[in-house]
Amino acid sequence: MSAAPIDLPRWADTALVPLVSVAAALAVAGLVVLSIGESPLEATTLLLKGSLGSLEGLGFTLYYTTNFIFTGLAVAVAFHAGLFNIGGEGQATIAGIFAALACLWLAPLPGLLLVPLAILAAAAGGALWALIPGWLQATRGSHVVITTIMFNFIAATLIVYLLVEVMGKAGSMQPETADFPRQALLTPIHELLAAFGLTMPSTPLNTAFLLALASLVAVWALIYRSRLGYAIRTVGANPRAAAYAGISPARIIIVAMALSGALAGGLAVNEAMGVQHRLVLDFTAGYGFVGIAVALMGRGHPVGVALAALLFGVLYQGGAELSFDKPTITRDMVVVIGGIVILFAGALDGLFRRLVAGVLNLGRGG
Amino acid sequence: MELVQTLAVILDSTIRLSIPLLCAALAGLWSERSGVVDIGLEGKMLIAAFASAAVAHHSGSAWTGLGAGMLAAVALALVHGFSAITWRGNQIVSGVAINMLAAGLTVILGNAWYGQGGRTPTLEGPARFAELDLPLAGTLKEVPVIGPIYDIAISGHAAPVYLAVLALVLTAFTLKHTRFGLRLRAVGENPAAVDTAGVSVAGLRYAAVVICGALCGLGGSYLAVSQSAGFLPQMTAGKGFIALAAVIFANWRPVPVLFACLLFGLLEAIAIRLQGVVLPGIGQVPVQAIQALPYVMTVVLLAGFIGKATPPKASGLPYVKER
Amino acid sequence: MTDAPPPAIALIGISKAFGPVKANKDVSLAVAAGSIHGIVGENGAGKSTLMSILYGFYEADAGEIRVRGEPRRIRSSSDAIAAGIGMVHQHFMLVEPLSVVENIVLGAEGGALLKRGIARARAELARLSQEYGLAIDPDAIVGELSVGLQQRVEVLKALYRGAQVLILDEPTAVLTPAEADQLFELLRALKAQGKTVILITHKLREIMAVTDRVSVMRRGEMVAHVETNRTSPAELAEAMVGRRVLLRVEKAPRKRGAPVLEAAGLSVVDERGCETLRDASLTLHEGEIVGIAGVAGNGQSELLDVLAGLTQPTRGVIRLGGTILGTAERNPAHLRRLGLMHIPEDRQRTGLVTAFTAAENAILGYQDDPAFGPGPFLSPARIERHARAAMQDYDVRPLDPDLKTAKFSGGNQQKIVLAREIERAPKVLLVGQPTRGVDIGAIEFIHRRLIALRDAGVAILLVSVELEEVMALSDRILALCGGRITGEREAAATDERDLGLLMAGVSERAA
Repeated sequence: MSAAPIDLPRWADTALVPLVSVAAALAVAGLVVLSIGESPLEATTLLLKGSLGSLEGLGFTLYYTTNFIFTGLAVAVAFHAGLFNIGGEGQATIAGIFAALACLWLAPLPGLLLVPLAILAAAAGGALWALIPGWLQATRGSHVVITTIMFNFIAATLIVYLLVEVMGKAGSMQPETADFPRQALLTPIHELLAAFGLTMPSTPLNTAFLLALASLVAVWALIYRSRLGYAIRTVGANPRAAAYAGISPARIIIVAMALSGALAGGLAVNEAMGVQHRLVLDFTAGYGFVGIAVALMGRGHPVGVALAALLFGVLYQGGAELSFDKPTITRDMVVVIGGIVILFAGALDGLFRRLVAGVLNLGRGG
Repeated sequence: MELVQTLAVILDSTIRLSIPLLCAALAGLWSERSGVVDIGLEGKMLIAAFASAAVAHHSGSAWTGLGAGMLAAVALALVHGFSAITWRGNQIVSGVAINMLAAGLTVILGNAWYGQGGRTPTLEGPARFAELDLPLAGTLKEVPVIGPIYDIAISGHAAPVYLAVLALVLTAFTLKHTRFGLRLRAVGENPAAVDTAGVSVAGLRYAAVVICGALCGLGGSYLAVSQSAGFLPQMTAGKGFIALAAVIFANWRPVPVLFACLLFGLLEAIAIRLQGVVLPGIGQVPVQAIQALPYVMTVVLLAGFIGKATPPKASGLPYVKER
Repeated sequence: MTDAPPPAIALIGISKAFGPVKANKDVSLAVAAGSIHGIVGENGAGKSTLMSILYGFYEADAGEIRVRGEPRRIRSSSDAIAAGIGMVHQHFMLVEPLSVVENIVLGAEGGALLKRGIARARAELARLSQEYGLAIDPDAIVGELSVGLQQRVEVLKALYRGAQVLILDEPTAVLTPAEADQLFELLRALKAQGKTVILITHKLREIMAVTDRVSVMRRGEMVAHVETNRTSPAELAEAMVGRRVLLRVEKAPRKRGAPVLEAAGLSVVDERGCETLRDASLTLHEGEIVGIAGVAGNGQSELLDVLAGLTQPTRGVIRLGGTILGTAERNPAHLRRLGLMHIPEDRQRTGLVTAFTAAENAILGYQDDPAFGPGPFLSPARIERHARAAMQDYDVRPLDPDLKTAKFSGGNQQKIVLAREIERAPKVLLVGQPTRGVDIGAIEFIHRRLIALRDAGVAILLVSVELEEVMALSDRILALCGGRITGEREAAATDERDLGLLMAGVSERAA
């Protein structure tokens, strides 16, 4: 898609360019901090201390990281098929509804059955909500970007309706479901560690984090080690060659979107089954959009996604801590940074590649 | 009489709710007709809402606020232009970035400056656009049917409403009857034709993107400085995306854009009126169903089940001279 | 001599490179005012690049442009228009949803408001229509006009801007013969009014029919300038194709076996509604190479695509091994399983995913082969081993399966494709442009492989724009022109001249 192919060594392409653009994004964020009269250095220190300086902070950081891994992977898988799925928010919303229905309807089941079923339900819900735009793109040529945006809003109104009118907790004015049965909840990591005699402060970090790590490995295996992943990458890189190779681009588009939506469903698993223990309104909280930044920054590779998700986890948790000390710097700073990262690592990729290429050549010349 | 009164009131709120949509949709139309896809209408409206409210508060002038809102939105539009036109970046990615940037920046700055959870201070007096009574509104009031409609629905809006209508007229006229409009229509369809005719593709697209920013600015400023008395976090609430839907619905044409926006505005007005109302025989109408209607209708339209949406042929594609 | 009018256009020593590709090498050309000047050459000979330089679309790396004897710098289309140069591009530069008159004034509106300019254009259009017999409805929507009429709009656009020199790039590529004749009438009328016409084409019939002088380009160079009435299609064909040292390919007499691939009455209609392949029938036997001779764009690509299952024919039957292939069976994956392999014409756009490594490309089309991994998985180690062996066998350099395919030279890229398709022991092999952009050493290598395959009993269909290659490799040659098979020859019983005539569609020599 880029107009002027700029030849860069592989290491520069996969590591240096994203690093430079993220550094530039953080620098711009630093300017924002400066402009509201705070010290970026002090802010950074507080941020790092709050996110990585204690076990508790680390627990929170990894809890946020879990969300970003899921939404980042969702965007990344679609990217590999040449698709732009901005529907992570909506897909996670539907996934949450499915998971809640499973947890509430199948409440008599033992946890060993209920938890996997609820997770599958979440994945199915997310997949369904992505599959429809995928199917419309593949068979009717409806642009997946626009349809996934529309599906975000449809999901947002749907969850309001369901939580207010249908699934709402009896006798509560809050738009939320009744609490899930105990055995449907994911085990917090601090309880898990306690079983091994390790102590860790209580944090929202739960076994969904392990599921996220497993998803990283699974997506890596899918994209780089499986026949389906090969087909997905071929369709994304060169649909003509895919047709020549006997791969149906339409089928792959639908499959890739479904997978992408299922991954976005992981956000619902972490939030609803791991932390809130019920379905609440707006639990997606923009994680889906930050997932775009995570995927762009991670260059679509699970390792990159993991690192980018960790960075945003640090920013999220650190930002929360920071806003205690510096009420002027709210957590919305993370949204700003996410936006700038998307702009720099995504839309202005050409500019940063040119910059890096220029600097490298300079080094070589001098 | 009662019915006419009710209709006039509904029409009035429809117009109020349609105006931000109309501004943003016209903005999207300008950008997309030039070949630049813009899903960042929402973000540009939001930043304009914030900037206009903040400046109106400090200057005490709604008009200065409007100017600031438009400037802020144009600045973001230029960021989009820089990545989409100059660097031929992915226009969708850039649009997403602008939406997030605006969503975050407005709250951060609002919180830092005013410490009210992102809100700006309440606007009073000349810092807010007053409602203008059109000539003869009082005199014609008593005329049956036309009178109340003129008095209630047409008259009594703030200046940005009439500016938006003016923008619609200007847009329709410019596109159809001017040199700039002709070139703009051409560049979104076949930029190579414009290039070989000796006209700058980038120049045209930048011009369109700036107009897009200005119109988003008008819509966002109206929200904050006229409809409300200040800025609230995320106050655009998806209007930029409904506007996008309206553009698709209107098949990228100015006058149908007006009708699409009125339709979506009407749906919103009905949804507000029906909140909690129990209709005989039907029961309570799920307001969310009405709210979701614009989005559902857009998907159905895009799928080609009714009608056909044909965007400008070159929209979304960076222009590269062919080898 | 001093009184002779300067040429309308003089190009002196023009050179232009796109990266490593030299599209124009020191090209010079003089076009006399008031004449129709033809430029012929194969696709990729550099004709279009030269004209794009003249029209300001690209700037030349070196060289000079003179318009009526005056040196001019033409850096943009507007410079060219100002110099009185107009161009009708191969792909029309029209805005389809706009009306004829809107298209005509675009860029020359004469004021901020359209009304006056449009009115003036209408009057001018009426005048031009009368003068050249170019009737057209100024309010018609361009997208709804026939291709011939759209071209007329392009010509009118140039004339409206006061063009004295009109460049037409492959103007008849999309026209029916009748429309082409109308166009030639128009060109003659333009000449009669003192305009200069430059006609770029690869169709010799047109050159002979309408031009005063011809220049021949080959591989970016100007190789001949001749008066049209002193040359012949055969001579031009030779000049276009070139007389490179004849490739000697050692080959034993063929041992022709049973027919394996039979096609009867194949027709293909493209999305624009043009019939690009018309009623083509052919039979491929085991152990023979059938070559397709033809100037590029005459239906070869469509023939390959339809046989390989990449497009569906609008009419006709394909038999493979005696059984008729149904619609569901005419897909690349199924055909591969039946032993029909395909080396596509465009390796970069179709045959390879250039963003993939050489190893990954070595399994393109065979990604479901159980040999490459257990169950749903692919084993990189196995793929790499397979790729390394194939690359070694085909002498691909560098021998690095992990290198991105885009970084290999053209010849080595082609060898990667070749190795992939040939190593599967095909029954039928479709080969498109096997040596396009490939260095001499690799050409010989590829040729030897194809001959070895034929000797092993494979039926091969060879499409190439290099006539010599077709002649050197084939046992039998079919000529394509305008999507139709215009003749068949035993390779031993024909020569370039004979084939050139068939390719030019000059008509089958009377028996």
